[in-house]
Amino acid sequence: MRGETGAIFSYCTDPSVLEGWRWFACYLTNGKHMLAYTSFGTVMLLLAITAPVSLAFGFAGATAARSRIAPLRWVGQGYTAIVRGVPDIAFFLFFVIALDQAFEWLRHQVKCPGWDDPIRQGSDFVVCDAAKLPLSSSPQWVHEVYGFSLAVLTFAIVFGAFAANVLFGAMRAVPRAQMETAEAYGMTPRQSFWRVLVPQMWIFALPGLSNLWMILVKATPLLFLLGVEDIVYWARELGGMKGAVFDYPHPDWRLWYFLALLVFYLGLTRVSEIVLERLTRRLSHGQATSGGEAMRRAAA
Amino acid sequence: MKTILGTAAMALTLAGGMAMAESHSTTVRMGTEGAYPPWNFINDSGEVDGFERELGDELCARAELTCEWVTNEWDSIIPNLTSGNYDTIIAGMSITDERDEVIDFTQPYTPPDPSFYAALSEDVDLTGGVIAAQTGTIQAGYVAESGATLVEFATPDETVAAVMNGEADAVLADASFIQGQVDANSDLMVVGDPVALGGGVGMGIRESDGELRETFDAAIQSMKDDGTLNELIEKWEVSTTW
Repeated sequence: MRGETGAIFSYCTDPSVLEGWRWFACYLTNGKHMLAYTSFGTVMLLLAITAPVSLAFGFAGATAARSRIAPLRWVGQGYTAIVRGVPDIAFFLFFVIALDQAFEWLRHQVKCPGWDDPIRQGSDFVVCDAAKLPLSSSPQWVHEVYGFSLAVLTFAIVFGAFAANVLFGAMRAVPRAQMETAEAYGMTPRQSFWRVLVPQMWIFALPGLSNLWMILVKATPLLFLLGVEDIVYWARELGGMKGAVFDYPHPDWRLWYFLALLVFYLGLTRVSEIVLERLTRRLSHGQATSGGEAMRRAAA
Repeated sequence: MKTILGTAAMALTLAGGMAMAESHSTTVRMGTEGAYPPWNFINDSGEVDGFERELGDELCARAELTCEWVTNEWDSIIPNLTSGNYDTIIAGMSITDERDEVIDFTQPYTPPDPSFYAALSEDVDLTGGVIAAQTGTIQAGYVAESGATLVEFATPDETVAAVMNGEADAVLADASFIQGQVDANSDLMVVGDPVALGGGVGMGIRESDGELRETFDAAIQSMKDDGTLNELIEKWEVSTTW
């Protein structure tokens, strides 16, 4: 068995003689726990990237859905209707493999034009070595970054569809009189969209978007379906009963690990609530909504 | 929708650029589960460890291949092999006709070995009770046909936990895995008669990858011939020897 490497405390060299708090200190700082701690970073990074990307997808979808050009409108409406209608888990299991194969197929067409063998051989999907994504000779981190990017893209497409629907509704909720006034001032449709509609729609979108954010926070365990080792994977892996082949044997401790996850997720949602509350107050300022009206009266 | 295409194109060029920078040697990606001690597990340093890690490294050294270890959920371990995410499955997978229709196997590196039942008491009903097994294993298939009620779990750990918390009466798994669990857990005991299942454990390889299969076949044969395979089997206590 490979010995303990990279121990933080000097007394961790032989785990079998440790007792009490020293055992725990070494146990909680072993290589496996370190990987688990970094997976918290993975989840936060996923949220930090996915949220703005989903919002961008949603904005593009909503804009397309209310476009005056029919084909663009169909694309926007089709996107929200199809993606919202497919169960997340089916989407995550099917879509990632399909997306990966689509990328490899495209690269195969470009890089290996002289290839004669069929790409589908029975259940095998075979592209030339140069078309593999990432190349099988790439180091593991490249594979992990690629998997993570696929995860972000999939999350963004799914949550973008929901965001598109929220933003579409928010755009329609902006009082019609505002747009008429903009037109009366001689603004072009593009100007009135960007200067009047977009700045005012956020307060109407916020309740829907904040719901989406909360759901996104709780959906991060789906990462594991995409092959990314997230905090739920590590809680299960670390908490499971460990026999004598391990340096730190212990009984089934999954309850404690999942309890830690519970605290983490509750903390995250609490912080989100506080931030969203502030954002609501800020966006209500000067708006023709009951919230904005209440602020105006309080100030007067 | 421009954004989707744009992002896709960006991901493509980005990943392509990264991949291009890497060298072009023969790297074989070894897919395992990492949750089935002593066959394969993630050790306390966070690396893949166990009988199959040591065996795989030795096979790769003999075949002069560079090998990279990857872990994957048991549930999707075959689809991810066929779609090319890794090149071999080395995860205590028994050779069965059903699996052989989808993928190819090397010759077995451990002989067919019995499976054990483990339970909390001697007097459980193995043919009419509730038996836990891991999804998609030969044991799950056997329990389903034995007349007992089968409850399936995604990981080996959960099958044992189900017995410990009373959800299932007994668990059926490979003898070596059960033995390890029984040794670590004084409440658990081996019950009933051993069941002979499967045709030995081999490496799973894509059907279109005949050359790689022959390479590993030869390497396994050479380890059988000089006795090093038996030494490894004894060291990790995974099965009987050849």
